[in-house]
Amino acid sequence: MTENVDTTLAPKRVRPPSNWLSRLFESKQLGWIALALAVAIPFINATPYVLNVLTTAAIFVLLASGLNIVVGYCGLLDLGYIAFMAVGAYTAGIVSKAFELPLLFTVPVVLVMTILAGLIIGAPTLRLRSDYLAIVTLGFGEITRITANNLAITGGPSGIFGIPGILKIGDFDFQQPAVFYFVTVFVVAGMVLAAARLGKSRLGRAWRFVREDEDAAEAMGIHTYKVKLLAYIFGAIWGGIGGVLFAGHFSAVAPQSFIFLQSALVLMAVVLGGMGNTRGVVLGALVISLLPELLRDLAEYRYLAFGILLVIVMVFRPQGFWPARGYEPERVPTGDKEPAVAGGTK
Amino acid sequence: MSAVLEVKDLQIAFGGVKAVDGLSFDVHAKQIVAVIGPNGAGKTSAFNCITGFYKPTAGSVLLNGNAITGKRPADIAAAGVSRTFQNLRLFPDLTVLDNVRAGMHLYGGQSWADAIFHTPRFKRSEAWYTEEAHRWLDFVGYTGPRGVPIRNLAYGQQKQVEIARALARKSDLLLLDEPAAGLNYSEKQRLLELCNRIRELGTAIVLIEHDMGLVMEVSERVVVMNFGKEIAEGTPAQVKANPAVIEAYLGRDEDEEVPHGDA
Repeated sequence: MTENVDTTLAPKRVRPPSNWLSRLFESKQLGWIALALAVAIPFINATPYVLNVLTTAAIFVLLASGLNIVVGYCGLLDLGYIAFMAVGAYTAGIVSKAFELPLLFTVPVVLVMTILAGLIIGAPTLRLRSDYLAIVTLGFGEITRITANNLAITGGPSGIFGIPGILKIGDFDFQQPAVFYFVTVFVVAGMVLAAARLGKSRLGRAWRFVREDEDAAEAMGIHTYKVKLLAYIFGAIWGGIGGVLFAGHFSAVAPQSFIFLQSALVLMAVVLGGMGNTRGVVLGALVISLLPELLRDLAEYRYLAFGILLVIVMVFRPQGFWPARGYEPERVPTGDKEPAVAGGTK
Repeated sequence: MSAVLEVKDLQIAFGGVKAVDGLSFDVHAKQIVAVIGPNGAGKTSAFNCITGFYKPTAGSVLLNGNAITGKRPADIAAAGVSRTFQNLRLFPDLTVLDNVRAGMHLYGGQSWADAIFHTPRFKRSEAWYTEEAHRWLDFVGYTGPRGVPIRNLAYGQQKQVEIARALARKSDLLLLDEPAAGLNYSEKQRLLELCNRIRELGTAIVLIEHDMGLVMEVSERVVVMNFGKEIAEGTPAQVKANPAVIEAYLGRDEDEEVPHGDA
């Protein structure tokens, strides 16, 4: 680096392309804008259909942001992610029915169960990489569904129905569709924010180190198995909370909601949106969950159109709509004291 | 004075091949020890045994008097050994700063809960990470861009960042695997000077290197390996005059310019 060509270029690369769209995407207020939109929609149109679609989409966003922790941050390909939602939904359903509890109070049990599920899938697969891991997680997803299909406690193929509402205080029922939608939106917003913040923390960096080069991460003193387990656990928690919302939304849980296609769709949302970037993943999840509804006019061709659109996106944006970008400011304005230790070495 | 690193009769075999066969040497604080030898002599295998990436079949490795033999790489790193790799093992899609932050990972100062709730402690910790990362980049004399993904950078710059990352670990012992490979003359001069400054920090260095000029100038002791065996150990001058070393590695006409077998 005697000829410091890169240094002169550096300042320009700090904030790369800046058309209005990417400025919007980068803006700090984007999250608030999205939340405001999500809250505003029911005031414009609150038909049961719209509320149903939007609530489902919000839950899907939550799942995608959870899977993004596992796949996007940590690079562990998980093809059975929906199993964590199944564990959450069944646990919530079973506990709330058995004890006549509002769903909200099942959350602690759900957390315990999903963390256990995360450990069960995580611990034996720590040594596996990419393709092997994908196969095992695929198996885990199917095992969960088939088990639910065959156990008495999970209600077999017909599942659990008549699940109590999420919460009722006096006469105010949080289960009313509009109220439940708002509850969902706020829970999801909080969890998405938390996932994004985790991504930009010490733990989030550790996940990326593991994704990029496990050996190098080990050599820096990072216990890769702990870090990977934490990715599974956090992913599982996000999925489990998604399960509680799912159980609340439909007040019924059945095995066919947790087929492989669902795992694939969540993964698709992550890949389509841009792995590792929470904002992109939220966008991807909204597209995946809302696009089939918007294409409803095409009747039986809508999934064909959906598929074609996805292929087109992946051809033109192979990294997803909005990939994680590895740029950060060059210098902190405060710490600009010239080489503290390396004083007169030039 | 007790040694930072004591390697005693280290052995590792892959099937029938004894990659390292009875290697012993000590490294003291602020010392720079070079390990030289032809390609395939077992130098990198020895490094991998010391850092836990391979489990030695026999022998022991002591760090500050404590056995670290056969522990996990992460535990050995935490005990105070950091390293660079022969063929750069950086985190290609992450920024230069993030790469250096990896070395500081163990100095944490924040939990995941701090991160989720953005506590003051989290902000302090992140500010510290950034400042410290800049400081180490300055220390190694890195002048390139810092906020860009590292895969976009020139090879020499990547090598500097890898050393900065290893230094940020603030370990007692630094293992450098061919730090000069692929560097031009002035970069090598800077590396030499950097090694001396690292020594001033109180860190002991073991380096594998083919560049004999660098080895002779920087190291206090030289360990020579061939076919997994240690064939000589001593000061650079002693090693240079040793017939077995000349035969195996340096070449008969004892030229300073050594036949280059690069990795």
